[in-house]
Amino acid sequence: MYGMLFSIRSFVSKMSPLDMKDGFLAFQTSRYKLHYYETPTGIKVVMNTDLGVGPIRDVLHHIYSALYVELVVKNPLCPLGQTVQSELFRSRLDSYIRSLPFFSARAG
Amino acid sequence: MAIFSVYVVNKAGGLIYQLDSYAPRAEAEKTFSYPLDLLLKLHDERVLVAFGQRDGIRVGHAVLAINGKDVNGKYTADGKEGSSGIEMLETDTFKLHCFQTLTGIKFVVLADPRQAGIDSLLRKIYEIYSDFALKNPFYSLEMPIRCELFDQNLKLALEVAEKAGTFGPGS
Repeated sequence: MYGMLFSIRSFVSKMSPLDMKDGFLAFQTSRYKLHYYETPTGIKVVMNTDLGVGPIRDVLHHIYSALYVELVVKNPLCPLGQTVQSELFRSRLDSYIRSLPFFSARAG
Repeated sequence: MAIFSVYVVNKAGGLIYQLDSYAPRAEAEKTFSYPLDLLLKLHDERVLVAFGQRDGIRVGHAVLAINGKDVNGKYTADGKEGSSGIEMLETDTFKLHCFQTLTGIKFVVLADPRQAGIDSLLRKIYEIYSDFALKNPFYSLEMPIRCELFDQNLKLALEVAEKAGTFGPGS
């Protein structure tokens, strides 16, 4: 997935007719929509949703700043750059996603 | 359903035709809802369980239906593949729309993010392509398009779309 996102980002920066600020935001196919947010430090937040979901850049930003930074970066026991093992991060992320307005209970 | 295979053998003993149609004996049929405990993989035109085991469904079992719609190999019964290619790509400065025809020709349009009506514009471009490029006897398929009428009508269609569609400042 990293290769695909990297290729799409460099493609977008070359194709853009104007100067870009945020770059690649999302793409959609006939079945799903993939949302993308990248921090200046290189942390990438990717979310796949249904087609009916609009721009959720602030949601992804919240996942990074309020969840990842608070619970993983500031945790001395979580080694950065490796898979996140933190159970607290997992449960907080899960409850945050479930609280989002576009999360439907129908999806399980 | 009681017929399992058909083989045709020529005089020299070579196999010239083979047809295997195994009716799935459905020894165990289960319905799951998301999240699945099984890992699925595409194998031999069917979606099979590659890893994981639950309630009698083991490695080798095939997916029969999704959300009530029967599955035929890797396509759903109404002929649509799992997911199409990228149809729209969004950035902060532009939106890229892509329309792929049944023959594999892709029409790509870059537009302002606020521009509306690109889907109909893509279909209009497809129409112009089939009218002025494909019906041109001097045009060969898959080659660069150098047809004057195609250029003219394409520019006209773009002007119509720009006037009708955008909701941003300046048009």
